[in-house]
Amino acid sequence: MKRPEPVQVIKYRRDAALAALVGAVPYIQFLGIQFDRRGDELTAILPYDAKLIGNPSLPALHGGVTASFLEVTGLIGLAWASLWDDLETGRIDPNAVTAGALPPLPKTIDFTVDYLRAGLPRDCYARARVNRSGRRYASVQVEAWQDNRDRPFALGSVHCLMPEITQPT
Amino acid sequence: MTDNLTIARQFIQALPFSRALGMQLTDLGPGTATIRMPWDAHLVGDPATGVLHGGAISALMDTASGASVMSHPAAPVSTATLDLRIDYMRPASPGQTITARAECHHVTRSVAFVRVVAVDDDADRPVAVGTGAFTLDRPKGAAE
Repeated sequence: MKRPEPVQVIKYRRDAALAALVGAVPYIQFLGIQFDRRGDELTAILPYDAKLIGNPSLPALHGGVTASFLEVTGLIGLAWASLWDDLETGRIDPNAVTAGALPPLPKTIDFTVDYLRAGLPRDCYARARVNRSGRRYASVQVEAWQDNRDRPFALGSVHCLMPEITQPT
Repeated sequence: MTDNLTIARQFIQALPFSRALGMQLTDLGPGTATIRMPWDAHLVGDPATGVLHGGAISALMDTASGASVMSHPAAPVSTATLDLRIDYMRPASPGQTITARAECHHVTRSVAFVRVVAVDDDADRPVAVGTGAFTLDRPKGAAE
Protein backbone atom coordinates (compact mmCIF):
# COMPACT_ATOMS: atom_id res chain seq x y z
CA MET A 1 0.00 0.00 0.00
CA LYS A 2 1.17 3.50 -0.88
CA ARG A 3 2.20 5.52 2.15
CA PRO A 4 -0.05 8.52 2.69
CA GLU A 5 1.56 11.90 2.06
CA PRO A 6 2.72 13.85 5.14
CA VAL A 7 -0.07 16.08 6.43
CA GLN A 8 1.91 19.30 5.98
CA VAL A 9 2.42 18.52 2.28
CA ILE A 10 -1.33 18.06 1.79
CA LYS A 11 -2.14 21.21 3.78
CA TYR A 12 0.41 23.26 1.91
CA ARG A 13 -0.97 22.14 -1.45
CA ARG A 14 -4.58 22.92 -0.50
CA ASP A 15 -3.79 26.27 1.10
CA ALA A 16 -1.65 27.30 -1.86
CA ALA A 17 -4.44 26.42 -4.31
CA LEU A 18 -6.98 28.41 -2.26
CA ALA A 19 -4.62 31.38 -2.00
CA ALA A 20 -4.10 31.32 -5.77
CA LEU A 21 -7.87 31.20 -6.40
CA VAL A 22 -8.65 34.08 -4.03
CA GLY A 23 -5.54 36.13 -4.77
CA ALA A 24 -6.33 36.27 -8.48
CA VAL A 25 -9.45 38.43 -8.01
CA PRO A 26 -8.66 42.15 -7.52
CA TYR A 27 -12.12 43.00 -6.09
CA ILE A 28 -11.70 40.39 -3.31
CA GLN A 29 -8.36 41.99 -2.38
CA PHE A 30 -9.93 45.47 -2.54
CA LEU A 31 -12.63 44.46 -0.03
CA GLY A 32 -10.07 42.59 2.11
CA ILE A 33 -12.00 39.29 2.17
CA GLN A 34 -10.07 36.32 3.56
CA PHE A 35 -10.92 32.62 3.62
CA ASP A 36 -10.42 30.26 6.53
CA ARG A 37 -10.19 26.61 5.46
CA ARG A 38 -11.00 23.56 7.57
CA GLY A 39 -10.72 20.53 5.30
CA ASP A 40 -12.88 21.42 2.32
CA GLU A 41 -15.07 23.84 4.32
CA LEU A 42 -14.49 27.55 3.79
CA THR A 43 -15.51 30.46 5.99
CA ALA A 44 -15.23 33.87 4.39
CA ILE A 45 -14.10 36.68 6.68
CA LEU A 46 -14.55 40.37 5.96
CA PRO A 47 -12.53 42.33 8.55
CA TYR A 48 -14.11 45.67 9.40
CA ASP A 49 -12.68 48.68 7.60
CA ALA A 50 -13.87 52.29 7.66
CA LYS A 51 -14.28 52.35 3.86
CA LEU A 52 -17.01 49.66 4.08
CA ILE A 53 -19.48 52.02 5.79
CA GLY A 54 -22.57 53.11 3.87
CA ASN A 55 -24.49 55.03 6.48
CA PRO A 56 -22.08 57.07 8.61
CA SER A 57 -24.79 58.27 11.03
CA LEU A 58 -25.80 54.81 12.31
CA PRO A 59 -23.06 53.64 11.43
CA ALA A 60 -23.85 50.63 9.24
CA LEU A 61 -22.08 48.70 6.51
CA HIS A 62 -23.01 49.69 2.95
CA GLY A 63 -25.64 47.36 1.47
CA GLY A 64 -23.32 46.95 -1.50
CA VAL A 65 -20.61 45.62 0.82
CA THR A 66 -23.00 42.99 2.14
CA ALA A 67 -24.11 42.07 -1.40
CA SER A 68 -20.51 41.87 -2.61
CA PHE A 69 -19.43 39.78 0.37
CA LEU A 70 -22.25 37.28 -0.23
CA GLU A 71 -21.59 37.07 -3.96
CA VAL A 72 -17.83 36.60 -3.49
CA THR A 73 -18.45 33.90 -0.87
CA GLY A 74 -20.89 32.10 -3.16
CA LEU A 75 -18.65 32.20 -6.24
CA ILE A 76 -15.46 31.23 -4.41
CA GLY A 77 -17.36 28.51 -2.54
CA LEU A 78 -18.55 27.05 -5.82
CA ALA A 79 -15.18 27.40 -7.58
CA TRP A 80 -13.42 25.90 -4.57
CA ALA A 81 -15.73 22.85 -4.50
CA SER A 82 -14.84 22.13 -8.15
CA LEU A 83 -11.15 22.86 -7.65
CA TRP A 84 -11.05 20.61 -4.58
CA ASP A 85 -12.43 17.69 -6.58
CA ASP A 86 -10.02 18.37 -9.44
CA LEU A 87 -7.04 18.49 -7.08
CA GLU A 88 -8.02 15.44 -5.03
CA THR A 89 -8.63 13.28 -8.08
CA GLY A 90 -5.46 14.53 -9.76
CA ARG A 91 -7.34 16.02 -12.75
CA ILE A 92 -5.50 19.29 -12.19
CA ASP A 93 -1.80 19.71 -11.45
CA PRO A 94 -1.47 21.56 -8.13
CA ASN A 95 1.78 23.19 -9.28
CA ALA A 96 0.01 24.67 -12.29
CA VAL A 97 -2.71 26.09 -10.00
CA THR A 98 -0.23 27.77 -7.67
CA ALA A 99 1.61 29.10 -10.73
CA GLY A 100 -1.64 30.84 -11.70
CA ALA A 101 -3.13 28.43 -14.25
CA LEU A 102 -6.57 28.49 -12.63
CA PRO A 103 -9.72 27.07 -14.14
CA PRO A 104 -12.14 29.85 -15.22
CA LEU A 105 -14.54 31.07 -12.52
CA PRO A 106 -18.28 30.37 -12.71
CA LYS A 107 -20.32 33.32 -14.02
CA THR A 108 -23.23 34.80 -12.05
CA ILE A 109 -26.59 34.46 -13.81
CA ASP A 110 -28.60 36.09 -11.05
CA PHE A 111 -28.13 37.03 -7.47
CA THR A 112 -30.68 37.70 -4.72
CA VAL A 113 -29.86 39.20 -1.38
CA ASP A 114 -32.08 39.34 1.67
CA TYR A 115 -31.11 42.01 4.17
CA LEU A 116 -32.24 40.75 7.56
CA ARG A 117 -30.67 43.43 9.75
CA ALA A 118 -28.21 46.27 9.44
CA GLY A 119 -24.55 45.30 9.10
CA LEU A 120 -22.73 46.58 12.18
CA PRO A 121 -19.26 48.12 12.02
CA ARG A 122 -17.64 44.80 12.90
CA ASP A 123 -16.10 41.79 11.15
CA CYS A 124 -18.44 39.67 8.99
CA TYR A 125 -18.38 35.96 8.36
CA ALA A 126 -20.11 33.90 5.68
CA ARG A 127 -20.43 30.36 4.45
CA ALA A 128 -21.71 29.09 1.13
CA ARG A 129 -23.66 25.92 0.53
CA VAL A 130 -23.70 24.47 -2.97
CA ASN A 131 -27.19 23.05 -3.29
CA ARG A 132 -26.76 21.90 -6.85
CA SER A 133 -23.75 21.91 -9.12
CA GLY A 134 -24.37 20.42 -12.53
CA ARG A 135 -22.32 20.50 -15.70
CA ARG A 136 -23.83 23.82 -16.80
CA TYR A 137 -25.71 25.39 -13.91
CA ALA A 138 -25.24 25.70 -10.19
CA SER A 139 -27.33 27.01 -7.30
CA VAL A 140 -25.59 28.30 -4.20
CA GLN A 141 -26.94 29.69 -0.91
CA VAL A 142 -24.91 31.97 1.30
CA GLU A 143 -25.42 32.98 4.91
CA ALA A 144 -23.58 35.88 6.53
CA TRP A 145 -23.39 36.71 10.21
CA GLN A 146 -21.47 38.93 12.60
CA ASP A 147 -21.35 38.36 16.34
CA ASN A 148 -23.82 35.45 16.54
CA ARG A 149 -23.81 32.52 14.18
CA ASP A 150 -27.54 32.03 14.91
CA ARG A 151 -28.43 35.58 13.93
CA PRO A 152 -27.54 35.98 10.25
CA PHE A 153 -27.66 39.58 9.00
CA ALA A 154 -27.98 38.69 5.32
CA LEU A 155 -28.79 35.73 3.09
CA GLY A 156 -27.86 35.34 -0.53
CA SER A 157 -28.85 33.04 -3.36
CA VAL A 158 -26.66 32.82 -6.47
CA HIS A 159 -27.30 30.99 -9.72
CA CYS A 160 -24.22 30.42 -11.83
CA LEU A 161 -23.19 29.26 -15.25
CA MET A 162 -20.36 26.77 -14.89
CA PRO A 163 -17.22 27.24 -16.99
CA GLU A 164 -16.91 25.02 -20.05
CA ILE A 165 -14.94 21.93 -19.15
CA THR A 166 -12.14 20.99 -21.51
CA GLN A 167 -12.18 17.21 -21.50
CA PRO A 168 -8.75 15.64 -21.13
CA THR A 169 -7.98 13.44 -24.13
CA MET B 1 -33.74 70.68 -8.64
CA THR B 2 -30.13 71.76 -9.13
CA ASP B 3 -29.89 72.38 -5.40
CA ASN B 4 -31.35 68.98 -4.65
CA LEU B 5 -28.89 67.39 -7.06
CA THR B 6 -25.99 69.14 -5.35
CA ILE B 7 -27.19 68.02 -1.93
CA ALA B 8 -27.73 64.46 -3.16
CA ARG B 9 -24.29 64.42 -4.79
CA GLN B 10 -22.70 65.47 -1.54
CA PHE B 11 -24.77 62.85 0.28
CA ILE B 12 -23.51 60.05 -2.00
CA GLN B 13 -19.96 61.39 -1.68
CA ALA B 14 -20.31 61.22 2.11
CA LEU B 15 -20.95 57.46 2.03
CA PRO B 16 -17.47 55.96 2.49
CA PHE B 17 -18.09 52.84 0.41
CA SER B 18 -19.73 54.74 -2.46
CA ARG B 19 -16.73 57.07 -2.48
CA ALA B 20 -14.33 54.09 -2.40
CA LEU B 21 -16.03 52.73 -5.51
CA GLY B 22 -15.88 56.11 -7.25
CA MET B 23 -19.66 56.55 -7.57
CA GLN B 24 -20.98 59.86 -8.90
CA LEU B 25 -24.63 60.89 -8.89
CA THR B 26 -25.43 62.43 -12.28
CA ASP B 27 -29.19 62.84 -12.21
CA LEU B 28 -32.00 62.96 -9.68
CA GLY B 29 -35.72 63.23 -10.38
CA PRO B 30 -38.91 62.51 -8.42
CA GLY B 31 -38.34 58.84 -7.57
CA THR B 32 -35.45 58.38 -10.01
CA ALA B 33 -31.68 58.43 -9.61
CA THR B 34 -28.74 57.86 -11.95
CA ILE B 35 -25.30 57.02 -10.59
CA ARG B 36 -22.17 56.25 -12.58
CA MET B 37 -19.13 54.24 -11.57
CA PRO B 38 -15.98 54.48 -13.70
CA TRP B 39 -14.09 51.28 -14.46
CA ASP B 40 -11.24 50.74 -12.00
CA ALA B 41 -8.64 47.98 -11.74
CA HIS B 42 -9.60 47.42 -8.06
CA LEU B 43 -13.13 46.44 -9.02
CA VAL B 44 -12.19 43.72 -11.47
CA GLY B 45 -13.59 40.23 -10.91
CA ASP B 46 -11.87 38.42 -13.76
CA PRO B 47 -8.23 39.49 -14.14
CA ALA B 48 -7.90 37.59 -17.45
CA THR B 49 -10.45 39.87 -19.13
CA GLY B 50 -10.66 42.96 -16.90
CA VAL B 51 -14.43 42.47 -16.48
CA LEU B 52 -15.84 44.17 -13.35
CA HIS B 53 -16.92 41.95 -10.45
CA GLY B 54 -20.68 41.45 -10.16
CA GLY B 55 -20.45 42.54 -6.53
CA ALA B 56 -19.26 46.03 -7.52
CA ILE B 57 -22.16 46.35 -9.97
CA SER B 58 -24.57 45.12 -7.26
CA ALA B 59 -23.20 47.81 -4.93
CA LEU B 60 -23.78 50.49 -7.58
CA MET B 61 -27.33 49.25 -8.29
CA ASP B 62 -28.15 49.12 -4.57
CA THR B 63 -26.93 52.69 -4.10
CA ALA B 64 -28.88 54.02 -7.10
CA SER B 65 -31.98 52.19 -5.86
CA GLY B 66 -31.71 53.67 -2.37
CA ALA B 67 -31.21 57.15 -3.86
CA SER B 68 -34.35 56.76 -6.00
CA VAL B 69 -36.37 55.91 -2.87
CA MET B 70 -34.98 58.95 -1.03
CA SER B 71 -35.90 61.21 -3.95
CA HIS B 72 -39.49 59.92 -4.12
CA PRO B 73 -42.16 62.61 -3.57
CA ALA B 74 -43.24 60.75 -0.38
CA ALA B 75 -40.08 62.38 1.05
CA PRO B 76 -38.90 59.51 3.25
CA VAL B 77 -36.53 60.35 6.09
CA SER B 78 -34.62 57.11 5.63
CA THR B 79 -34.62 53.84 3.72
CA ALA B 80 -32.86 50.47 3.82
CA THR B 81 -32.76 47.58 1.38
CA LEU B 82 -35.08 44.70 2.26
CA ASP B 83 -34.15 42.59 -0.73
CA LEU B 84 -32.60 43.02 -4.11
CA ARG B 85 -32.46 40.65 -7.06
CA ILE B 86 -30.07 41.28 -9.91
CA ASP B 87 -29.99 39.48 -13.27
CA TYR B 88 -26.64 39.68 -15.02
CA MET B 89 -27.26 39.70 -18.75
CA ARG B 90 -23.72 40.08 -20.01
CA PRO B 91 -20.23 40.97 -18.76
CA ALA B 92 -19.55 44.71 -18.54
CA SER B 93 -17.07 45.82 -21.22
CA PRO B 94 -13.64 46.35 -19.64
CA GLY B 95 -12.59 49.97 -19.28
CA GLN B 96 -16.11 51.38 -19.60
CA THR B 97 -18.07 53.35 -17.00
CA ILE B 98 -21.16 51.63 -15.61
CA THR B 99 -24.29 53.75 -15.21
CA ALA B 100 -27.18 52.59 -13.04
CA ARG B 101 -30.57 54.24 -13.37
CA ALA B 102 -33.10 53.39 -10.69
CA GLU B 103 -36.81 54.13 -10.55
CA CYS B 104 -38.86 53.92 -7.38
CA HIS B 105 -42.13 53.08 -9.16
CA HIS B 106 -44.41 52.42 -6.22
CA VAL B 107 -44.55 53.17 -2.52
CA THR B 108 -46.89 52.04 0.23
CA ARG B 109 -47.01 53.45 3.76
CA SER B 110 -43.81 51.63 4.70
CA VAL B 111 -42.41 49.88 1.60
CA ALA B 112 -40.85 51.19 -1.63
CA PHE B 113 -40.51 49.14 -4.83
CA VAL B 114 -37.66 49.82 -7.21
CA ARG B 115 -36.52 48.81 -10.69
CA VAL B 116 -32.92 49.43 -11.70
CA VAL B 117 -30.94 48.99 -14.92
CA ALA B 118 -27.15 49.05 -15.33
CA VAL B 119 -25.53 49.81 -18.70
CA ASP B 120 -22.05 50.48 -20.08
CA ASP B 121 -21.27 52.50 -23.26
CA ASP B 122 -23.65 50.27 -25.25
CA ALA B 123 -26.76 51.59 -23.50
CA ASP B 124 -29.17 49.51 -25.62
CA ARG B 125 -27.93 46.23 -24.17
CA PRO B 126 -28.18 46.31 -20.36
CA VAL B 127 -25.38 44.70 -18.37
CA ALA B 128 -27.75 43.94 -15.49
CA VAL B 129 -31.30 44.63 -14.34
CA GLY B 130 -32.61 44.48 -10.80
CA THR B 131 -35.72 44.73 -8.68
CA GLY B 132 -35.76 45.57 -5.03
CA ALA B 133 -37.99 46.23 -2.04
CA PHE B 134 -36.92 48.93 0.39
CA THR B 135 -38.09 50.08 3.79
CA LEU B 136 -39.65 53.53 3.82
CA ASP B 137 -39.61 55.72 6.91
CA ARG B 138 -41.96 58.64 6.45
CA PRO B 139 -41.51 61.87 8.32
CA LYS B 140 -43.42 61.97 11.62
CA GLY B 141 -46.96 63.23 11.21
CA ALA B 142 -46.86 63.07 7.40
CA ALA B 143 -50.13 62.60 5.56
CA GLU B 144 -50.38 59.35 3.67
